[in-house]
Amino acid sequence: MTGLKKRLIIRTEMNGTSEVTNYYSELYEANIKKITDDSSSYINSFRSSAFEEFRMLGVPTRKNEAYKYTNLDLFFKHDYKTYFIPEKTDFEKAEDFRCDVTNLDAHGIVLMNGFYPTINGKLRELPGGITIGSLNEASRKFSGIVEKHYSKYAKSKTDGLVHLNTAMASDGVFVHVPRGARLSKPVQVVNLVDSDEDTFNQHRNLIVVENNAELTIIICDHTLSPRKFLTNAVTEIHVGENARFNIIRVQNEHNNACKITHTFIHQERNSYASSANITLHGGLVRNSTYHYLGGEGAETNSFGLFLADKWQHIDNFVNIDHAFPKCTSNQLFKGVLDEMATGAFNGRIYVAPGAQGTQAYQKNNNILLTDDAKMDTKPQLEIFADDVKCSHGATVGQLDDNALFYLQSRGIDKRQARLMLMFAFAHEVIQNVNVEALRERMDGLVMQRLKGELSRCASCMVKCG
Amino acid sequence: MLYIKDLWASINGKTILKGISLDVKPGEVHAIMGPNGSGKSTLAAVLAGREFVKVDEGHVTYLGKNLLDMSPEERSREGIFLGFQYPIEIPGVSMVNFMKTAVNEHRKHKGLDQLSASDFLKLMREKKELVEIDSKLANRSVNEGFSGGEKKKNEIFQMAMLEPKLAILDETDSGLDIDALRIVANGVNKLKRPDNSTIVITHYQRLLDYIVPDVVHVLYDGRIVKTSGKELALELEEKGYDWIKKEVDNQD
Repeated sequence: MTGLKKRLIIRTEMNGTSEVTNYYSELYEANIKKITDDSSSYINSFRSSAFEEFRMLGVPTRKNEAYKYTNLDLFFKHDYKTYFIPEKTDFEKAEDFRCDVTNLDAHGIVLMNGFYPTINGKLRELPGGITIGSLNEASRKFSGIVEKHYSKYAKSKTDGLVHLNTAMASDGVFVHVPRGARLSKPVQVVNLVDSDEDTFNQHRNLIVVENNAELTIIICDHTLSPRKFLTNAVTEIHVGENARFNIIRVQNEHNNACKITHTFIHQERNSYASSANITLHGGLVRNSTYHYLGGEGAETNSFGLFLADKWQHIDNFVNIDHAFPKCTSNQLFKGVLDEMATGAFNGRIYVAPGAQGTQAYQKNNNILLTDDAKMDTKPQLEIFADDVKCSHGATVGQLDDNALFYLQSRGIDKRQARLMLMFAFAHEVIQNVNVEALRERMDGLVMQRLKGELSRCASCMVKCG
Repeated sequence: MLYIKDLWASINGKTILKGISLDVKPGEVHAIMGPNGSGKSTLAAVLAGREFVKVDEGHVTYLGKNLLDMSPEERSREGIFLGFQYPIEIPGVSMVNFMKTAVNEHRKHKGLDQLSASDFLKLMREKKELVEIDSKLANRSVNEGFSGGEKKKNEIFQMAMLEPKLAILDETDSGLDIDALRIVANGVNKLKRPDNSTIVITHYQRLLDYIVPDVVHVLYDGRIVKTSGKELALELEEKGYDWIKKEVDNQD
């Protein structure tokens, strides 16, 4: 009897399934019926194979090259009381929430723990035939569009969490911009996380920008209550021929929250896309951004900025896939790390055989404000074409003493001079935000954060201290 | 104005300044000349408050106060201006923001209110014209992408904005063509008031054709080895530094 038990344990270890992976597998088993009942058959059709993939790959550990610098155990080895599936009352708070970015004129959507929080009118039509609303609802009402794009781009051979999301997510944001359409203002999605219990959330977004169309979307992440939260979100984006798309993610969560995002941007020929991940606050943040340049002449930009202190850990992972010739990509990621904060940047550029005329640039600069702060940065270039312009550069250092002295020598005190330099450092990323009101707000929040004032929005109830 | 008595200073344990004494009175223009490596820039660095230079001995009094006790920003607010030999590029910090912050720090120190945005821009415009600096430069990041000449003009522009009592110009002429040199020198001359003083540190005499010194000092091997009137500069231009080196070496 004991012998048999022992063999069983050995077998599970050989399969790579760990205790933590088993925990999420049980969570799947316990909730899958309710999840399936609530979703369309098309979305359900991916669940069991995705779950198998997750079982095989597991929750990523530091043995996984892409997670080498990030230990997920702190948030994944935890018993979440709830796998969130909403009740009517959960939606009231969402309807009361008001974003405090003044002058930001946007089409707003609020998600509560990843769900579209209204019972009626789950899809809205905007000028130009543009649709925004609940993915769950869209998978029934716009099944043609959803079936063409859902789960077509979110693929990973190494990251089990992408598959865990496909297996279990049941709602999120759906945006469809028809051929040639554009909005005069951006769409803003506010992701609220709120619960009286420690909660694990997963949501799934699908954004389809058809040929010659244009969209800017802002995603703001907030936590409203001081419980332990884990969010694992997947966003799939299709950018059609000659289309233009910008996604700006603003992360402002408390120190006891973990946010994991996987964003897949799939671009057609001559399209333009940009992604900006701005992390102002958060206990553990991991943003994986995958850019697929799937046609000649496409251009893509990946920006990131994070400000971290205390024990926060911020990890940005970028994968740029130059699958076709004459495409351009540009990565700019910056971090400011204070106290014991740690960070990681992993930027991969892949240039496929035959992708001639590729231009790919990458820059990662980090400032460590203390001896205890730590940053790992790893460029990864895999180039299989010969007519290629690539560059990459990474720095981890302190503020420039010469610049500091120059400012002081004009009468500016050291503290103020340091602030000016740090702000300038961060602003190089912020200036790429193409929504003016948001850019100004980001500048303001970054300045507050650098001054040591908490940069939370006025409506945030959580005191991170 | 500035009184330096037997100043010894070192960088990383190596003694560079070996007993410098200097007395600059209000309204005077002093030129400090000397061959490369004689300690000219180290002297400027001590006066501006750079931390990498260690003062081993001596004292420096500025307007009756111990200068060496003051932080770099205090020195600036008290009226000392250092024109850098190699002005620093600071990407992302706009000239406007930089100067607005600096001018307001100076005003605060004097107990004055902050300048309004419109008054500040008016001041910028006036000073830009005075030093013939291109308007566009003022809208860019501090020194970023400026040519050598533009950087030096920008130093004089900052000097005009801050109206110092004592300006120390460290090799302001290096790397300038004759037109830029003339503009820089004109700027300095226009800013000259009867009660403020200037120390011009230079290797060559040509700047002194435009900024006429009252006193010329020759610095060699960390010491002032000769002090004379403006004609000394011309003599140096003609004969070079070798005869001075010989004189000093013979004495030793």
